[in-house]
Amino acid sequence: MGVVSSKLGNLGVVTTTLETAVNWARTGAVWPLLFGLACCAIEMMATQASDYDLSRFGMELNRASPRQSDLIIVAGRVTRKMAPVLRQLYDQMASPKYVISMGDCASCGGVYNNYAIVQGVDEIIPVDVYVAGCPPRPEQLIHGIITLHEKMRGERFTQWIGKDQPA
Amino acid sequence: MSFIVPEKDRSLTPGSGDGLESWVGSVEELRGLVSDRALTGETLLLNMGPHHPSTHGVLRLLLELDGEEVVTCLPDIGFLHTGIEKNIESKTYEKAVTLTDRMDYLSPMSNNMVFCSAVEKLVGLDVPPRAQVIRVICLELSRIASHLVWLGTHALDMGAMSVFLYCFREREKILDMFEMLSGQRMMGSYFRPGGVWRDLPADFLPTLEAFLDDFPRRVDDYEKLLTNNPLWIDRTQGIGIVEPEEALALGMTGPTLRGSGVNWDIRKAMPYSGYDQYDFDVPLGEHGDVYDRFYVRILELRESMRIIRQAMKAIPGGPFRSENRKFVPPPRAELGRSMEAVIHHFKLWTEGFSVPDEEVYVAIESPRGEIGCYLHGTGGNKPRRVRFKTPSFMHISALGKLCQGHMIADVVAIIGSVDIVLGDSDR
Repeated sequence: MGVVSSKLGNLGVVTTTLETAVNWARTGAVWPLLFGLACCAIEMMATQASDYDLSRFGMELNRASPRQSDLIIVAGRVTRKMAPVLRQLYDQMASPKYVISMGDCASCGGVYNNYAIVQGVDEIIPVDVYVAGCPPRPEQLIHGIITLHEKMRGERFTQWIGKDQPA
Repeated sequence: MSFIVPEKDRSLTPGSGDGLESWVGSVEELRGLVSDRALTGETLLLNMGPHHPSTHGVLRLLLELDGEEVVTCLPDIGFLHTGIEKNIESKTYEKAVTLTDRMDYLSPMSNNMVFCSAVEKLVGLDVPPRAQVIRVICLELSRIASHLVWLGTHALDMGAMSVFLYCFREREKILDMFEMLSGQRMMGSYFRPGGVWRDLPADFLPTLEAFLDDFPRRVDDYEKLLTNNPLWIDRTQGIGIVEPEEALALGMTGPTLRGSGVNWDIRKAMPYSGYDQYDFDVPLGEHGDVYDRFYVRILELRESMRIIRQAMKAIPGGPFRSENRKFVPPPRAELGRSMEAVIHHFKLWTEGFSVPDEEVYVAIESPRGEIGCYLHGTGGNKPRRVRFKTPSFMHISALGKLCQGHMIADVVAIIGSVDIVLGDSDR
């Protein structure tokens, strides 16, 4: 015991639940899928680059494969031609997985109420956080990510099951 | 051309009738497009994209490979088709400017410029000298911002991560200036028919001055990282060569064409917005390979700075938008004094202005090449047809030719070097 207390100093003991500890750890390493569609993707790149630096949130590692990622940021307008691709990418991700719908086009079709654009990506995949803006500023995207972290912290293990079912 | 996919996509509910399940096809459909060896399975068909980190958006390439060598490269576009041209037909001319921003999203100002120029030409609206100079400053700043994204992503594709971080650091400064002007970082819709939305804010020119003082040093830094880097040279020199005649036949424009040594720049050939008053050079390549296209754009960064410096010194006084009240809204202060101003304001913001039933084609030099706008009025307040001729479309259609005979790793280098934006090509 003497050895332990000399190493730990006066830190003492922290008790927590497994869920809280796991969720806390998960929020610090959300790996997004490298997936950009249109204008918002440029703002997403700006968020990852020098000035806004997403690596502060453990998100600097964009995975090109959906199998290795937890989060898909739908950045831009989803066309009818792209929709099956997006759905397939989402299906290939491993649970628990999350979706941020970035920008007005992905959230609700934006200004494009026409034949080409899917009126909101939630028609094809379930969305966790909507970020408004055309395109949203990097600060807005970061706010969306922090909102997602809050959601993740409150999750129970049982909620992970069935999360990939269509909305 | 609707060649397609390995197997039917099962993740969507079949028969939902929303047009989302059209992804079926067989190798037989490809007869004539790929070599016969692919049909027998002798060569490999590889699907690259539409989700691929190096296709700069949602481009899909169908590659026929003999070992590592590309035999055929078929680009498939339309994954970002937004129907912008169709949407503009139901908007008044003032409102349509907002939609043009979102075509070539790396240089929204160029899209604004070409659309506004077309409208101005059709109705015979003069742009005051001050507005013309402001426009030139904005266009050249967009060119720098666009080339910075190109340089960052091109280098990133080839494995040089740090260039991307440096480029975006400088780009943020330009976006801050755009925000100062228009209130938005990217999609400012700052250009309007007849001039610009508002005058330069007081702190704009000092910020621009500080940026220009700093930026040449940054370009030197990029060059230090890439220009003489043996790895970079190995990956880019002799790759994706296109001869001058071939480049013209393929419809290439802009830096991609000038990389092959063809001296064609619309700013020089058909000056608009007072470009003939500025002293600048048009950088040309020699070999027409990936490296030359890279170096032409690096030199263009410096030329753009030269133009901005000259424009800053030459900003004339006077109005920043036309005084023609039939097309341009009156200033806020006038509304309280003049009944006529109220009428003009009301008419412009409810009905918009009318454009004669005539057609016009205007082309300008965007960072990617010639962007053109064909506009046909109806005599009313909405256009009959708008059609944009965009450089990325031409450059994507040239990819098949450029990639032939190269290794699959070079395809990434070639895509980066022609600087495509899928929003520009698909609209």
